[in-house]
Amino acid sequence: MSFLENLGMPGLFNYWVVIFLMMAGFYVVISRGNLVKKIVGLNIFQISVFLLYISMGKVDGGTAPILAEGITSYSNPLPHVLILTAIVVGVATTALGLALVVRINEAYGTIEDTEINDIEKKVEDAE
Amino acid sequence: MRRKSIPRTVSKILAPFILLFALYVQFHGDYGPGGGFQAGVIFASAFILYALIYGMDNARKVLPPSARRILLGLGVLIYAGTGVVGMLMGGNFLNYSVLLHDPLHGQHLGINVIELGVGTTVFAAMVTIYFVFAGQDRQ
Amino acid sequence: MILDIIDIVLLVFLVITAVAIIRLNNLFAVVMLLGIFSLISAVLYVHLDAVDVAFTEAAVGAGISTVLMLGTLALTGSEEQKHPHWSPIPLAVVLLTGAALVYGTFDMPHYGDPNAPIHQHVANRYIEKSGEEVGPPNIVTSVLASYRGFDTLGEVAVVFTAGAGVLTLLGHGFVSRRKRHREEDEIQQEVRELDLDEADIERLEEEDI
Repeated sequence: MSFLENLGMPGLFNYWVVIFLMMAGFYVVISRGNLVKKIVGLNIFQISVFLLYISMGKVDGGTAPILAEGITSYSNPLPHVLILTAIVVGVATTALGLALVVRINEAYGTIEDTEINDIEKKVEDAE
Repeated sequence: MRRKSIPRTVSKILAPFILLFALYVQFHGDYGPGGGFQAGVIFASAFILYALIYGMDNARKVLPPSARRILLGLGVLIYAGTGVVGMLMGGNFLNYSVLLHDPLHGQHLGINVIELGVGTTVFAAMVTIYFVFAGQDRQ
Repeated sequence: MILDIIDIVLLVFLVITAVAIIRLNNLFAVVMLLGIFSLISAVLYVHLDAVDVAFTEAAVGAGISTVLMLGTLALTGSEEQKHPHWSPIPLAVVLLTGAALVYGTFDMPHYGDPNAPIHQHVANRYIEKSGEEVGPPNIVTSVLASYRGFDTLGEVAVVFTAGAGVLTLLGHGFVSRRKRHREEDEIQQEVRELDLDEADIERLEEEDI
């Protein structure tokens, strides 16, 4: 039995910690107003989701899925493939998001969403 | 203070090794961890290191905008082109078994060619994004 | 048992880093902590036998992502403003969602269980047949490039779109647009301040200034 099951916790401790990290990233996205910090929170959320998938793919006593002599049990390669694609798509999204933040800064002079709302309201009232 | 000679010298010595490591990762993706994505990013990091140390003007001379744009599209073209070649030789789209006389050799060739396409596009995209960000005027 | 301790220690580091990112206001420190978060998660991927994923996460997450965010911080400000009042609604939403997810995990198989359903059907076939049907020893490469080649084609198209999109949004960026407009506005302002009337303009045109 593993160390944690000896302590009495079921074999779900990893998943709970990963869910905590997901919620931390989600909290940063919805509660902070700075646009760059929102993108940082989104990245934290993404990394924890990947951790959840890869944790599901691990097999006790298995090794990395590279065929070699004398090894009988491999970890599941399918989540690895999906997460590889997801990481690259994630960095593409982050790059586009940061480019949008730079353009917003050029247009409004600030990247706090409360200040952007104020500027927009002033423009609407003036029209 | 001397003119930042330590970063300049070290980056000049390291850059060929970084490029060599990127090529190693690209072509050994079959036998160990690696493949197109990782190799493209490592290849791009050598150029980004050069741009950080020697400035954007020198970096633009090394990698002009036309080269970046052409490489960006070339990778996708190679990938989709392999699929079309598979169709022309009698199989389905992206079926590598019909590319050569033997299915196993055909798969090997197909995987290597598409990983090359993936590496090219990832390299061009990373370098393009960095050069665009770094080439902006500061407010 | 050593492996479990490595697991717990790495997860604790991740939790500490995430809490620090929430609390800090200096964006430069936040971006650096994100790079550390990414690197620790890459070590955790190696521990979970996902070596390809760890390689990609270290190169892309801790490398390129950090560089791009630092580039953005150089163009915008690097401090976050504190909010005057703290609203409890985001915390309530987050706690509710977390509770629902934890309730959902009670149905999941235990961590590392070899009899879990996802290890039974498709993955078994890939592991057994990949050597004879496709060839390379690295099963992840053979699944990525051959069995699931369409997904990888879409992924390369996404990377291409990101590069093209950033080019469209920010351009070649030698002189930013706002600075150019500001310079044009300044020139027009100076012309208006000179307050020329028509006779002066004709005289200037004859003198060919």
